[in-house]
Amino acid sequence: MIRGLVHRLDERTASSPFLKKALRYVFPDHWSFLLGEVALYAFIVLVATGVYLTFFFEPSTNVVVYHGEYAPLQGQQMTEAYRSVLDISLNVKAGLLIRQTHHWAANVFVAAIVLHLLRIFFTGAFRKPRELTYLIGVLMLFLALIEGYVGYSLADDLLSGMGLAIGYSVAMAIPFVGANLALLIWGGPFPGDASFWPRMYIAHVFIFPILIGLLLSLHLVLVASRHHTQFRERWTTEKRVRGTPAFPGQAPRSLGLMSAVAALLFLLGGLVQINPIWLWGPYHVSDATNGAQPDWYLGWLIGALRLMPGFDVTIGDYTLVPNPFWGGVLVPLIVFFFLVSWPFLERKVTGDRAFHNLLDRPRDAPWRTAIGAAFTTWVFLIFLAGAADRATVFFGISYTAQIWAFRILVWVVPVLVLFATRRACLELLRIERTSAVREAAEAEARAS
Amino acid sequence: MSRVRDWLVAAAVLLLGRREKRPLAPGRERIVPLEPPSPRSELAVVGLLLAAAFFAVGFVVVYALDRVSHQTQFLGLALGLSLACIAGALVIVSRRLVPEEQLEEDYPPAHPGDSDEIAQLVGESGDRFTRKGLIVVAAGAAGSALGLAAITPALSLGPALDPGVLRRTPWQAGRRLVDERGRSLRAEDIDFKTFYTAFPERADPEEMGAPLVVVRLDPAALALPQGRDSWAPEGILAYSKICTHAGCAIALFRTPLFPPAEPKPALVCPCHYSTFDPAAGGAVLFGPAGRPLPQLPLRIGAGGVLEAAGDFSGPIGPSWWGVRMGEAT
Repeated sequence: MIRGLVHRLDERTASSPFLKKALRYVFPDHWSFLLGEVALYAFIVLVATGVYLTFFFEPSTNVVVYHGEYAPLQGQQMTEAYRSVLDISLNVKAGLLIRQTHHWAANVFVAAIVLHLLRIFFTGAFRKPRELTYLIGVLMLFLALIEGYVGYSLADDLLSGMGLAIGYSVAMAIPFVGANLALLIWGGPFPGDASFWPRMYIAHVFIFPILIGLLLSLHLVLVASRHHTQFRERWTTEKRVRGTPAFPGQAPRSLGLMSAVAALLFLLGGLVQINPIWLWGPYHVSDATNGAQPDWYLGWLIGALRLMPGFDVTIGDYTLVPNPFWGGVLVPLIVFFFLVSWPFLERKVTGDRAFHNLLDRPRDAPWRTAIGAAFTTWVFLIFLAGAADRATVFFGISYTAQIWAFRILVWVVPVLVLFATRRACLELLRIERTSAVREAAEAEARAS
Repeated sequence: MSRVRDWLVAAAVLLLGRREKRPLAPGRERIVPLEPPSPRSELAVVGLLLAAAFFAVGFVVVYALDRVSHQTQFLGLALGLSLACIAGALVIVSRRLVPEEQLEEDYPPAHPGDSDEIAQLVGESGDRFTRKGLIVVAAGAAGSALGLAAITPALSLGPALDPGVLRRTPWQAGRRLVDERGRSLRAEDIDFKTFYTAFPERADPEEMGAPLVVVRLDPAALALPQGRDSWAPEGILAYSKICTHAGCAIALFRTPLFPPAEPKPALVCPCHYSTFDPAAGGAVLFGPAGRPLPQLPLRIGAGGVLEAAGDFSGPIGPSWWGVRMGEAT
């Protein structure tokens, strides 16, 4: 039966030579190579659940009065957007499951991308000939952050409204063109024109998903055409890739991982509450709540905004650069500039222009590992500073004192991490060398 | 009767029978190595797949049941467990039932010959052009002008060239302060040690220029900037409720309810904890805000009703390139 099927397919599509090769495509084995796959599967769940949500969501800021079943919001004024998300959550059967799964999947998607990026960075997988694959990945991370932000902003609950106000202020703070840009995007002064919601909606359900999908395909094509990297072992070389074939070996593993990711996301979506917008209430410009936190992947931005000492750049009484620029624009610019330029910076400094199919262990490149660790620490401390208000609530530590401490720590700790990491790498290499020398000596002693 | 027996036998054979291995292509060498079967693993896979089917049916049943409590949780549990069983089955397949293979393959090399040929092909194709520089310049001009034309309609998205709209507020001398239900706020309604949100009477409450935060402080404790002596009748102060840092509403009022009376009263934004001094014209005490909170001059009108005595002391809301500092406007 299989035989007939394959023959008939080949007669129509002439695909057998390609299929034969694709089925025996070689996957080197290491658990960390699966992180990118997790992101891919989270994306699939995002698209599937997202399509379902579009059948119910109403991207409109028309004001309505709530007369639904949820008593605490009875009689309140809210936008149709918020009302429709309330209905998805409280009235549509399985609606809350799909909505929460969608939200969890977004969090897992970005988390998997970040872990995947760390793996790629610390093993030097971005080196020639894979710079392009790497850059596309970084671009997808950037798009995923915006996509997530726009996604949870659509609900128009109190928290998301505050997030949009911050986004508007950050856009306004861009030097010279900020006000014009913000007015263009929002269609007028905040909270914006009625067309702003449809704009966000089309960006969230069409423009960004399609961009991410296209880049994702390109990313995978590039990975496959250059083949996977592999770790240095006794049996690996720069010339030949060794591992499990796509079929039959890798296929059940990957499908199993996909099922596991989907299982985890639906279990989280069903059992672990996320963003209960009916508790936050609708957004009004005059409302805000204490203890507001964004989704985790924007925590570093809120931290950067909060850490910044209060100053605008001014000439006389003329404002040039308003404060949100530093935390909201400059910090992400630095982070993404670092990520984008690193492969070229490293090549410039080391002068290494060779093909690299074998991965470094982090210790093999002490400076790269040290700088990467220091940079990650910098971003992570800024992220932690974004949660300082929570630490005040839970542990009673003065918020002001924490902010001052973080303002110093974010510069001191990364430097310490830099030198400690480099030292640790060199030490590990030294231990390896001495034990290799000893083994060689012992082998020689046995031989004589 | 015998028909039933035939069916039963057929079913038993289908379920329990083990297929005789027969080579797909007789006489040809195997591609995938032959490894011994593992009946227990197969049984586990069958069990897990049946469990997956069970949970999937459970999902449909829970969906169909009306008014079941914790429906979301049960739906998620059913779907999640079904998928988890499939994942488990696939893990067993990959670990125990798929032949263990390690293949090797060459990494694809570079193709310098082909690349040279492409370069040559492109180069030779342009040989009829003799004024390449000029054509490149002209093409560049056409491309950039057309690009500019293509993005021009984007200006219709919003009043991008008119940032003056950012300075407009609904407040002017004589406009009354009302609460969120539209009732006038009177001076005697304003207590110490709490804050009130006020809106302009008969105006859109959903624009950033509208909401105010109103507090009452001891008039003797005020240290307002010059020229604002009359702005706080009876010590009642009104500020824009929108933070000058990132546009969130000032929703926190720090004020000691009992001695010691430190730290002094402050208006705080919960987004990034910009902290403003209401006694000193909204000056920044802490946090990232770069300019003071704009103050609205108040007066007490007929019947003790609070009303604006003019517009704000400066532009409200988040700052932009060219927004002036509070005192200057």
